[in-house]
This record gives sequence, structure tokens and C-alpha cells, in this order.
Amino acid sequence: MKAGFESAAREALGDSQLRRNMARATTTIRARRAAAVAEVEDWEELREAGAAIKAAVMASLPRQLERLERAVEERGGRVHWARDGAEANAIVTDLARAHGAGEVLKVKSITTDEIELNQALAAAGIRAHETDFAELVNQLAGDWSSHILVPAIHRNRSEIRLLFEDTIAAGRRLDEDPVALAAAARGHLRELFLRVPFAVSGANFAVAETGSVAVVESEGNGRMCTTLPEVLVTVMGIEKVLPEWRDLEVFLQLLPRSATGERMNPYTSIWSGVHAGDGPREFHLVLLDNGRTDVLADELGRAALHCIRCSACLNVCPVYSRVGGHAYGSVYPGPIGAVLTPQLRGLPQAPTLPWASSLCGACLEACPVKIDIPTMLVHLRGRVRREVGAPRGERAALAAAFRVLSDRGRYERAQRLRRLGRGALAQLLAAPWSRSRELPEPPPQTFREWWDERG
Amino acid sequence: MSAASTARAEILRRATAAIGAAGAEPVTVPRRYRSAGGLGPEGRVDLFCERAADYRARVHRFAAAELDAALAARCEELRARRLVAAPAAPWRPGGAEVEVDDPPLAAARLDQLDGVLSGCAVAIAETGTVVLDGSPLCGRRALTLVPDLHLCVVAAANVVETVPEAVAALAPAVAAGAPLTFVSGPSATSDIELQRVDGVHGPRQLELFVVWY
Repeated sequence: MKAGFESAAREALGDSQLRRNMARATTTIRARRAAAVAEVEDWEELREAGAAIKAAVMASLPRQLERLERAVEERGGRVHWARDGAEANAIVTDLARAHGAGEVLKVKSITTDEIELNQALAAAGIRAHETDFAELVNQLAGDWSSHILVPAIHRNRSEIRLLFEDTIAAGRRLDEDPVALAAAARGHLRELFLRVPFAVSGANFAVAETGSVAVVESEGNGRMCTTLPEVLVTVMGIEKVLPEWRDLEVFLQLLPRSATGERMNPYTSIWSGVHAGDGPREFHLVLLDNGRTDVLADELGRAALHCIRCSACLNVCPVYSRVGGHAYGSVYPGPIGAVLTPQLRGLPQAPTLPWASSLCGACLEACPVKIDIPTMLVHLRGRVRREVGAPRGERAALAAAFRVLSDRGRYERAQRLRRLGRGALAQLLAAPWSRSRELPEPPPQTFREWWDERG
Repeated sequence: MSAASTARAEILRRATAAIGAAGAEPVTVPRRYRSAGGLGPEGRVDLFCERAADYRARVHRFAAAELDAALAARCEELRARRLVAAPAAPWRPGGAEVEVDDPPLAAARLDQLDGVLSGCAVAIAETGTVVLDGSPLCGRRALTLVPDLHLCVVAAANVVETVPEAVAALAPAVAAGAPLTFVSGPSATSDIELQRVDGVHGPRQLELFVVWY
């Protein structure tokens, strides 16, 4: 992130294969989502309810977390609290060690990517196996996610085939057909599902009322990991809690249609603590803060925590769909990443991201919980300038503008100067800004001159 | 205080401080969306069959008296000879050898069988979804997951129209601690160029038998 979004984006734009993959993928998924949403006549009412439920969660977060903790523990689960990634990683690592687990299965979880759990496990000599197809692709390639929902969206089928032939299907010739590629992953992972007794997942939702945790997925790897192992550890950001069981009726409609453009995703698993004779014998829920309470403290920025990770804002974004996810330098790319990452990590760690947008508003329109990302971006731009500081040129330009615009005489002289061709100087000063924009030609007569002439 | 209780106290303290005055005002949730559907029993079942088939589940409709014969014929077509049944699933397709999951079979054993027979708790017409609730009719979760073929019997009376109706119908099971699995079509991935490919880790074939009792 140090290099900033602008230079990372320029580099990404130079990769024509990436641009082709991104354009094709985002166009496809946009159309699919639009169709899935159009068929729901009460979509706007669902969005309103979703936004209100999330606002209600934030306003009562401490109470909801305590309710969730009580409900999970009453049902035989154990709840752990982690202030930051290092604490969460230590909890998971200690649990794995206590069970003598040298390997763990992983369900796709952006939260565990955020805290770099796999690296922490590796440092402790524990091997994490990603089981989601795209996460497996990224793990095998030593690559990282470029999309919330389709983490290997930047790769096409021939790239995946070559990767598999070098790794899980070494020595075999694979077909480029997606069915054959999926079958190769199935063969590789099935052995692990049946053998490894320790799994780590994320959570899409957790219901405070009933202590129920929900994982929404397509492939069945989530079902495998939350069902077959003896020990299951779920790492969840504290903002994912929902107050009542009934609230799921809203999100189980909003999420699949916004995410994959399906009426319902193939599989949703919901469990509450431990179930005798069915699934893991031990269940641990790790509640992770890692900057979330800081986001909560910003009244305008807080709604970034409402995000249900559907990725609709990524797919409609003119910036994301061209530069792809890596330029955002975070596991949360796209418009939501541009508002979430700087707040989670602290503005000085990602000061360029609030500018990774044209403020066109497509993200707000697509968001199933109506997060006003454009307004939040402007708010964060202001905060970055106040709290982190502005580049010297921008500070000087704004100081000069303040002098000129706050005094009538200076303003009128400046207008005349500009028209007399001294505008060349202004052009020069505005060069960084006008590289990709047109500076308007000054009119032959200003409004004030015209007004005076009228008498 | 231990590190764990310190972390808990600090997160709750930070969250309380962060929400400040907002914590005092209750937020009312407008639930103006559709809760109940408007279709009759026949319409609901028609919609369910259409939507489930749309996600490549194979849907068959029968009267109760024809079910056993239909199951047997379908198992024959699919060459499914060794099946496992949920403990309270009463169906026994002729020609297939059926083991009952009571006592529970090991996962490795399930992996060797051709298919699994279960019922379902609720089905959702609008989304083509069946919901399993871990009851003896549905079986434990691993049972309907490991075998590659899932034969699921859906009682027409259990088909609701909307997601809110299903969530309400499932509330007592959840309150009693039941684990739930929502199944909409066979396992799939769209990870390769967003093309939906059937069959990754869950059952690659989902056969739904919708029955009027």
C-alpha cells in the first residue's frame, strides 16, 4: 500500500490479459445480478430492512455480542475474544496445537486473510489447506485474492490448467474444460476432507438470539469443513452479528442475488454450538475486533461495517472493473475496500484509497444494504487531508486559491490575468490535475464585467 | 485478569465508547417486504419444481402410491445400487441395497456408497431450495453430503412460497438446537471465468421427488 493506489493502478492497467479477464467477468456478473434483482418486486423494501437491521446492530453492538456469546456457550460452543489479528492467530494456533493438528482445513474466509492466519499457522509449523476452488488456485500460485467473491477472477481457464498440472495434478494432462478442472480439485480435496480433523472457517452471519452461525457458499467445501472435522474454529468480525433469527429472512434474500446473481446459493450451513452425533465435537467462535471498534467510532464511516461482502459494488465499479483487485493493496478491494481498508488499518496506512473512485455512485445503487460509499469517500478524503496532510503542491494551490477567492479585488484581477494569456501559468500549475482532464477556456467576458456593463 | 478476559472487556468497552449517543436511540426496522406468498398449494409446488430444475436439480412429481416404484426406476437408471438412508426415511427402492444410518456409518464408508435417501424439513418455492434440519427424516449433515447422489423426497405440504415463510417455519427447530442446511441445486462453482460448473464437493447429482400425500 505504501506505493499508493495510483501507481498500482497504472501498473495493473498495463496488463492486457488482466484487463480482458476483468472486463469479461464483471460484465457477466453484472448482467446476472441485474436479472436476479429485477425479479424481486420488494427489493427496495428488503434493502431498507437490511440497512436498518445493520444500523440497529451497530447501535447495540456490545449487547448483541454478549447475547451471542451466551447463546453459543449455552449450546456447548466456546467463545474467544481477540483485539487484533495477532491475538486471533494465537488463539487458533494454540487450539490447533492443543489438538496436535499439523494440518488444518480452511473454508474461504476474508477475515482470516485480513489477519494473515495462514502465515501465522505456517510459522507455527501448521499447514493450512484452502478448500474453496479459487482460494486453492491462489494458494497454489502463491497469489492473493483479487475479488471478494471470486478470488481468482483475474485468472482464466488456461492459466488454471497450467497451474494444476504443475501442482495438484502433477504429471497429468488436464483438459481446459472447467468441469475437468473442478474434478481435479475435487479429487485432491476429498482425501483431505476425510482425513484432517481440524477446520477453520469464517462466518457470514451469527444470530445473537439463537447462537447460530451461518456460512453461505456454492461448492460444498464449507459443508465439508463445518461437518466432517472433530474440531471447528470460526473466526468472525464482531460486526457480523445479527440480533434475531428472523433477520436472516432478509439477508438470505439480499446476499445471494447481489453476490452471484442467484435466487439462492447452492449451500447455506447454519449451526448452533455443538450438536450431539452430528458434526464437530468441539466448536470455537473467535470474535475479532482488529480495528472495527475504531470504524464504529466514526459516525459517518461506521456504515462501512454494514457490508455483507456480496461484492456487487466491485462488479459495477468503473475503476475496479478496469484495474482489478490487487491495486487496492488489501483483501478488501473495490469501492467497499476503498472505505473499509483505510478505516480498519488507520488512514496513514492507506491514504490514497479514498481517491480510488470517480464518485459516480454506481456502488451505492448496487449495495444491498444501501451503504453510501460515495459520501463516505468524500468524508474520508477530508479526514486524510486533515489528519495525514496534503501534498505540498496541493496545500500551496489551495492557500493561493483561498487568498484570491476571499477578496473581491484580487479575484477580479486574477480573472483578467487569466484572460490576457497569463493563463499559461495557471495551466502549468494545474498540470498534475489536468493530465487527464481539460482545463476550460476562459470566456471572453466574465459575469461580473457583463453585469457592470448592463449598468 | 487473564489476557482473554482483558480482551473481552476491552472490546466491549471500546464498542460502547464508539457508539456513544447512538447507543441510546433504538433503531426501528421497517419490515415492509413480502413475508407471505399469494399462491395456492398447487401453484407453490409448480413454482418449486420450476425453480429447483432451473438450478439443475432433477425434479420428479408423483402421488404417494407411485413413489417407491419411481425411486426404484430412477435408481436403476442412475445405476445407484448401494444406498444409505436417513434413520427415519422409510423408502426402499426395489433393486437397491439400502443401509440405514443407525448406528451412523463412518465418513469413509459413506464415500463408497452410490447415494443417499432423505426427506426434507421445508422447501422454498421461490428459490427452489430444500432445507434439511438434522432430524431422523433428514439425517445428520454428513449423510447427505459425502455420497455423490442425493435422493430427496419433498412432501408437497412442506413447500412454502417465500424465504421469510421458511425462516419462520424453521424457528422451532433452530430454537431446539437443530443444525440446518439449505440446498439449492447440486454443488457448483463459478470460480472459473464465472461459468457455473456442477459438482465440486457436495453431491453432484440432486434428485428431488415431490410427493402429494
